[in-house]
Amino acid sequence: MAYILTHAEFDTVLQRLKQDYILIGPVRKKNKGKFSDADLITYGQIESLSDLETNGKSQFSAKETIFPPSQTLFYFTEDEYREPKFEPQKQIVFLRACDFNAIKRLDLLFLENGQFVDAYYKRLREKTHFFVFGCEKSYENCFCVSTGTNQCEGYDAFLNFKGEKINLFPSEPFKRYFAGYEENEDILPQFIERNHIQVDIPEGLSTKIYDHPYWDQYGKRCIGCGRCNFSCPTCTCFTMQDIFYRDNKNAGERRRVWASCQVDGFTDMAGGHSYRKQQGERMRFKVMHKIHDFAKRFNMHMCVGCGRCDDVCPEYISFSQCISGLKGVVAHDN
Amino acid sequence: MTNPYLPQPAEIISITKETTTDYTFRLKTDIQPDFGQFVEVSIPKVGEAPISVSNAQPGWIELTIRRVGHLTNELHELKPGDLLFIRGPYGKGFPKEQYRDKSLIIAAGGTGLAPVRNLINYYYQHPGEVRQLSLLMGFKTPEDILFKEDIEKWRSKFKVLLTVDKESPGWSGHVGLITNFVKDAVGENSSASRVIIVGPPLMMKFTSQEFIKYNIPEENIWLSFERKMCCGIGKCGHCRINDTYVCLEGPVFPYITAKNLLD
Repeated sequence: MAYILTHAEFDTVLQRLKQDYILIGPVRKKNKGKFSDADLITYGQIESLSDLETNGKSQFSAKETIFPPSQTLFYFTEDEYREPKFEPQKQIVFLRACDFNAIKRLDLLFLENGQFVDAYYKRLREKTHFFVFGCEKSYENCFCVSTGTNQCEGYDAFLNFKGEKINLFPSEPFKRYFAGYEENEDILPQFIERNHIQVDIPEGLSTKIYDHPYWDQYGKRCIGCGRCNFSCPTCTCFTMQDIFYRDNKNAGERRRVWASCQVDGFTDMAGGHSYRKQQGERMRFKVMHKIHDFAKRFNMHMCVGCGRCDDVCPEYISFSQCISGLKGVVAHDN
Repeated sequence: MTNPYLPQPAEIISITKETTTDYTFRLKTDIQPDFGQFVEVSIPKVGEAPISVSNAQPGWIELTIRRVGHLTNELHELKPGDLLFIRGPYGKGFPKEQYRDKSLIIAAGGTGLAPVRNLINYYYQHPGEVRQLSLLMGFKTPEDILFKEDIEKWRSKFKVLLTVDKESPGWSGHVGLITNFVKDAVGENSSASRVIIVGPPLMMKFTSQEFIKYNIPEENIWLSFERKMCCGIGKCGHCRINDTYVCLEGPVFPYITAKNLLD
């Protein structure tokens, strides 16, 4: 069941949705990109359809809408603390299929790993609904078809932009916002079916690969900046950080901030011990998590093939090429 | 909804200076940890860190903390009556049932004695629960020895072998790395003994190898890991090794599991 609306008609629907929700999606910021004359596509609030940037990949994923880069856990005064007064508004987040699949990975970690539910994540997650929009074309470095994350289900609505029209597939609870428009029985959501890049995730990976010289190339090249982690829609690591306010040292807060397994200090312990001091080892740690370790625990690969790590790497390290190379190493060694 | 990151204030009842850099803090709390579990300890506005419980009784726990960094420096400035914040206990501790009626050897290096001290004290109070307990403890120098009063107490009921890497004037005990004394600690009927090894990573690696050399089966050995556990509840990712979260599945691991946990 779908609605076929013009942009103007969908804008009317968006105005209805805005009565109940904040709308968040990729927006284009002119000349804010990392090169001169380049734009930045980033997540931000949208007021109407014209704000939504559907042509291009956002540099950061939608994960920041439910797992912010920095989040205050408590405010401290003297020896007392209190949780932030935090009543998140209901929000609708527009995102692509890869990023929506990434949310499932975040859910597994924050809601299901261990015996505790992450309260801060859950509060935002419960208020968030996802409108997935289909990709009209595959972008640079994308390989979602190879990871099976080009398709998705369980969304609150799906959108296919078709020139002047939009095919819309709202879930049952959202149909009321489409009141007055005619439903069409015949069409189905369309997902992208081909990327320029294909990867074949190797089977039979094990700790045997850990000492392989394959990782040395990354030790030489990676500068440990962590951009791959921060742009990744599935990276969830964070560090606790206590601060006091400069103008009142008796008051401060405890935050959690995004952390990167590629950056120095990730494993540092009191007394000076640390693990994975070489960048090659850190690359191995990250890659194995994305295509092996996570799946062992949660039965799905962590990587969703968005290719953002490749997009942002200042050293032109390619994750998809790393996986393909690894396939060759495993085949050779077995 | 319960928020697992909420710490509870705990008053410092007393502070024991074990060495110039290691203090034991006794905290008033209702937390009742299993042997080998840890808690997250924090000073507001300074930071939070995982610390193993070195002793516990109903109403209080003890934490032995070395002055090695930002948070621990601040901790050492505190006085009885001050408040610390704690949450936990977290992790899987020692499977005490598996040591029942067995000969147990506990090998601890340096601050590695802290996570097993509570267990040793338990056996001190319930000596009938194990067939025999041998303690093998190593410290860098005599000045680094922790829990001196406990160790003297333990000597009355257990076989105690205490060594230092480097002696200093007045020391008349054993000198040498802990690995040199594994053979003495093992004794006869080694294959039936259970072994716990806790200490720095290299100490655990080489001490395990030594015990295996003297016919302790791999499945009879347990280790306790130390990692940077920011959250303690399987979310922050810092302690992950392969698909294992040290804070959830550890910090105590059977050796047969631990040997496959490669960083």
